[in-house]
Amino acid sequence: MRAGRITLSRMSDTDGRRWHDMGGLDGDRVALDEHDYALWEKRVDALMILSTTKGLFTVDGLRRVIEDLGPDYYEKMSYYERWVHSVNQNLIEAGAYSLTELSDKMAEVKARGETYGACAGGGDD
Amino acid sequence: MAPAPGAAMTERVRVREMIPPGHVRAPYYLRGKVGEIERPLGPFGNPEQLAYGVPADKVPLFRVRFTMAEVWGDGAENPGDTLDAEIYAHWLEKVD
Amino acid sequence: MPHDHHDHHTPHSHSGLSPSGHPYRADQDMPLTYWQSLEIAVRELLIEKGITTELEVMATIDQMDSRSPADGAKVVARAWSDPDFKARLLADASAASREMGFDIGALRLIAVENTDSVHNVIVCTLCSCYPRNLLGLPPDWYKQRAYRSRVVKEPRKVLTEFGLTLPDDMTVRVHDSTADMRYIVLPARPAGTEGLSEDDLAALVTRDSMIGVAIVKAPE
Repeated sequence: MRAGRITLSRMSDTDGRRWHDMGGLDGDRVALDEHDYALWEKRVDALMILSTTKGLFTVDGLRRVIEDLGPDYYEKMSYYERWVHSVNQNLIEAGAYSLTELSDKMAEVKARGETYGACAGGGDD
Repeated sequence: MAPAPGAAMTERVRVREMIPPGHVRAPYYLRGKVGEIERPLGPFGNPEQLAYGVPADKVPLFRVRFTMAEVWGDGAENPGDTLDAEIYAHWLEKVD
Repeated sequence: MPHDHHDHHTPHSHSGLSPSGHPYRADQDMPLTYWQSLEIAVRELLIEKGITTELEVMATIDQMDSRSPADGAKVVARAWSDPDFKARLLADASAASREMGFDIGALRLIAVENTDSVHNVIVCTLCSCYPRNLLGLPPDWYKQRAYRSRVVKEPRKVLTEFGLTLPDDMTVRVHDSTADMRYIVLPARPAGTEGLSEDDLAALVTRDSMIGVAIVKAPE
């Protein structure tokens, strides 16, 4: 006979509902304030349009990656932060570039300065 | 069994009660609910395949109309109001 | 009293200006964030690899900026003025929009008509699907939890939060954009607008009335 208690891994008790599938759940009053889209957000949007038009991935793939982020990230990340994360992940899966290439480029970008304007370069206003 | 691609308007259908852990477009709040086909929309690429970079089959898509009474029961704000959603054929069962 | 927030009627074609006409100054001067550095890196990599060009990115931004609720308003005004066009709009809203010269790309649009007895309202509970190629980008509230979760269950209460109270004898139809279609509400033409030109009619049509959280009022 084995001595001591047998313990099993604690299991979750989710009903399977996914966080983004929120129709019918409780919510607050609608907040009517709106913000202007920043240039970096417009660029993310453009990258999504161009990538999907060029067949690198689909809008379904965009949604799938965002859904897989989970509820915490919905609270922590802004709309276009979730989008740029998803655009990037879909492009990685499409083989557009490697993570190493991406890391090197991100480091290069960061080294250009402190602000978005300084690091975006390209001469756009 | 799923409705035929050219299913008649007002044919009654039930949304299947599946709860898969992946990218689907049948909202949780409509699963198990019965509605009427408002109009067939034709075939579209299956988002459950497109989302994963898998070659996608074309699946018939339907606009289905539900009463709020059907969807929310006693909790409905106004039972005669309606909810229309687009549901793919493989999520629908014919109701006799 | 129905009201519209930041309703953009002026289309812009300058990539340096936000839809409200303000320059993107604040965003340019803020400390670079992680996700912003990702955007710059991804964009530059795609350009380096020849997948796109700087010009193409700017043109895509400009094209999106050129779209605004004013486009949808023109479609509504034509439908109010021309019964045959209205019939074509209700049968195939994409074709009708293209007929008016709007470049809506692959948008599959369905127009749903408000009447004396029916009021329509549009949502995407699963994400934020919106007829962008005709109306421009959606407002923040459309993409947020409060609207997406509640409007399919208590649409009339949500509409009161927008300042719209509907009579009990009207039927509310909520449309959840769950798949490939996108929706525009064809608002009811208000009384007292007989004889107005299409341009004058279009000036009355707000973005919120085409989403269904407002109705169109006649000029005072």
